[in-house]
Amino acid sequence: MPMFHLNDDDLLDYAAGRFAEPFAVLIAAHLTLCPTCRRSVAGFEALGGLAIEAAPSVEMAAGSFDAVMARLDEPEPAEPPVRTQPASGEFRHLPAPLRRFVGAAPVWRKVMRGLEEAEIGGADGVRARLMRIAPGTAMPRHTHGGREMLIVLDGGYSDEIGVYDVGDVAVADRDVVHKPIADPDEGCLCFAVTDARLKLTGPIGRVLNLFIRY
Amino acid sequence: MDAVSSPATTEAQQLAFWLSRVAQLRDRAAFGQLFGHFAPRLKGYLIRLGCDAGAAEELVQDVMLTVWRRAESFDAAQAGVATWIFTIARNRRIDRLRSERHPAFDPNDPLLVPDEAENAEQGIETAEREHSLRSAIMRLPKEQAELLQMAFFEDQPHSGIAAATRLPLGTVKSRIRLALARLRRELGPDGSI
Repeated sequence: MPMFHLNDDDLLDYAAGRFAEPFAVLIAAHLTLCPTCRRSVAGFEALGGLAIEAAPSVEMAAGSFDAVMARLDEPEPAEPPVRTQPASGEFRHLPAPLRRFVGAAPVWRKVMRGLEEAEIGGADGVRARLMRIAPGTAMPRHTHGGREMLIVLDGGYSDEIGVYDVGDVAVADRDVVHKPIADPDEGCLCFAVTDARLKLTGPIGRVLNLFIRY
Repeated sequence: MDAVSSPATTEAQQLAFWLSRVAQLRDRAAFGQLFGHFAPRLKGYLIRLGCDAGAAEELVQDVMLTVWRRAESFDAAQAGVATWIFTIARNRRIDRLRSERHPAFDPNDPLLVPDEAENAEQGIETAEREHSLRSAIMRLPKEQAELLQMAFFEDQPHSGIAAATRLPLGTVKSRIRLALARLRRELGPDGSI
């Protein structure tokens, strides 16, 4: 059972459908692994139901009801098939919402010694990527230009805040400066979503900022 | 159009009864009742969220058609009718506005960590849970209840509330957390949130 969860206002935003897709995918991955947060989201969705019940009624246009009734027998429009990879091979540690989002086999590239990344599409300034960190690798100390959300999928890592295991979520922003170290035995596989580039803060990091699309 | 009424007493039970008639019997009169109950509320809800009347109208029709088509997938053990319809409206809206899908966990995912607290009696409890949620909200101080409601009437994460209430975003966030903490206290240790 995960130890690091999403906070209430993030779960509420998820239940209300306000997150850009990559963040929502990360949250759904956590929900797969966390019955506690699943219960919270179910409760927040019930709040959504109450909000609809309490909404001010606005009369439907004349003919609207008949128009819908006339369409009841229409065949349902075919939805484009959604391919979800089975949870095996490279996908064995990825919860279903993430397998669906990743789609095809991820393309890995080496970022630095001990760190590989696979970009999983991104839009509107939101970047999503899988990261594979070799056992014991220390990341350069860094902070975050915007918001970063990360979920551990296999192995784990530790930093100044704690020890992160499978299913744990870390949310970091400008205020968090940290130096994560991957689990010495298993390394770490994780999925990270950022809404701005993060910044390396050490003296070497400042130079690396110029070279690494991190 | 006359629809068969259920022997049920509460409105929530009545709605669930009509939905079950739609699922099992393709009962158009029962669907008409659901339309009459939900369509104007959904339209008002979507307009509050910033849809213009035309777009809201279209989206409501879309949601109600989905209710007709997916009625069989409604599981009274998981959620109440209004909650189920809320999730359909949310998903259809995300699809329309952003051409994205709302990612949800898959209950059949081999990676799913099961909820030990869940038990076979859950079906009965769901209706009760939503009922106690409703009454817990009514026991909240007015501004806290309104804040939680507003949280669903906004398109932007909390910032819309900040603008509407002229409060800094951080204050809105902490007030929402306070309201949720209070709600949990009202619900007691077995609460659903």
